[in-house]
Amino acid sequence: MHIPDGFLDAKTALTTAALSTVGLGYALRRVRHELPPKRMPLLGLSAAFLFAAQMVNFPVAGGTSGHLVGAALVAALLGPSAAVIVLATVLIVQCFLFADGGILALGANIFNMGLVATIGGYAVYRAAQRLMPGVRGRAAAIAFAGWCSAVLASVSCAGQLAWSGVASWNIALPAMAGVHMLIGVGEGLISALVLVAVARTRPDLLPEASVESSSGRLRGFVVLGLVASIGVALFVAPFACSWPDGLDAVAGRLGFAARESAPLLSAPVPNYRIPGIASPGMATAAAGAVGALAAFGLAVGFSRLLVREPSAAKPSHS
Amino acid sequence: MTLSYKGPASHWPAALKTSVSLALILAITLTPASKPLWFSAEGGLLVVVLVAARISARVLLRRLLLLSPFVAGAALAAAFSSRGADWRILALRSGLCLATVIVLSQTTSFSELLGVFRAARVPALLITTLALMHRYIFVLADESTRMARARAARSFTGNRRFAWLTAASVVGQLFVRASERAERVYDAMCARGWRL
Repeated sequence: MHIPDGFLDAKTALTTAALSTVGLGYALRRVRHELPPKRMPLLGLSAAFLFAAQMVNFPVAGGTSGHLVGAALVAALLGPSAAVIVLATVLIVQCFLFADGGILALGANIFNMGLVATIGGYAVYRAAQRLMPGVRGRAAAIAFAGWCSAVLASVSCAGQLAWSGVASWNIALPAMAGVHMLIGVGEGLISALVLVAVARTRPDLLPEASVESSSGRLRGFVVLGLVASIGVALFVAPFACSWPDGLDAVAGRLGFAARESAPLLSAPVPNYRIPGIASPGMATAAAGAVGALAAFGLAVGFSRLLVREPSAAKPSHS
Repeated sequence: MTLSYKGPASHWPAALKTSVSLALILAITLTPASKPLWFSAEGGLLVVVLVAARISARVLLRRLLLLSPFVAGAALAAAFSSRGADWRILALRSGLCLATVIVLSQTTSFSELLGVFRAARVPALLITTLALMHRYIFVLADESTRMARARAARSFTGNRRFAWLTAASVVGQLFVRASERAERVYDAMCARGWRL
């Protein structure tokens, strides 16, 4: 999902750079309250860990393999502000050392993967964890959060590409979101497997739920979340106005809308849409909702398979 | 990581290399599609730098090929969009930008770049984090390769479900080891008078 240089126009690059600077600057100030000084070197080591972890291959069908992105996982392990710094560090090194992701696009890449994916993933993780207690709940929460973080980042990325006039929103959103709804399943599974592996060997490294909900951490998280959502609103809103205002409007223009969406169905990735819903915007939203529900069910079912007993203190296999 | 490149450009000031690269990328990004001749001027400048810095075209082409799937994918998305930008211009633009970044990363060491960041008033904590990450990337990458090799030596492979479990436990163990190493690094930093 690393956007190369030359794809974003000046206004998008500058806006995302400003948003990322604000978010990263705030995270750098907040992290002193969230992590004790003793754990500051852990930021750099975690960034190196994430880089090394991304090189571990997870075999998928047909000789292809996937790898971890880790935004939600790092947020669950270290907290939101630390995760923003870790992801930004990884992206900066990838950009300058390996020319992976553009320099002018660095702001956009940090925004998508460093802010939206981490803060979105962390919000989902905390909310889902509140619903489901125990290690099993934690595994389900991180699996769902991993999926959400991949999809959210891809939507934000599609919005930026569309805002720059590179690809039209009707193509960019379904292509990006559709692919990442599949990739996100792998991301969620890997995140849950890794979190459970850490919980087995060193449960003390995982932050306690009660410590996490201290007011200081919550405030930092709310401000960072605000920056991320303002940005997403900015990239998505210009296209939302071309969407129907509500179900009434859709019903009124049903035949018309169906004809309008006909050329779109020959797009390269048409099968993510739900047939029978007239407007492509509504269909995409509905497909997203169904996908999210399916991913949540998958996450819960997977955690039941993975974690046998509520306390995973003793190793059960491997 | 030490640079494999040992040409004259490694002695040029890092701030100059970084700012010129940034300016060139900005110029390429801002060049309108209606003025394709400007691209040849920008490409010409890049060729002049390549010759002056004595970077072999083979190294550049290999790195470009390695990274071009990203460009190709996005250009493809544009090609399928009716209202999108011209994909040829897009590919040209991002190819030129990519070549610029490759030249910068070939001729400038990471510690030099950190010096530029420091001069640009980037917060100290981010610089420390970047430096630590750069210091330990290759250490942890080696460690994960060793762990994967030890795993492969001890267990049978082939079962996909099991492959995921073992790969995940390698990643989990990597995090545990990174945290333990971070504690040792902190003690060592304090012993040498480090203060944030």
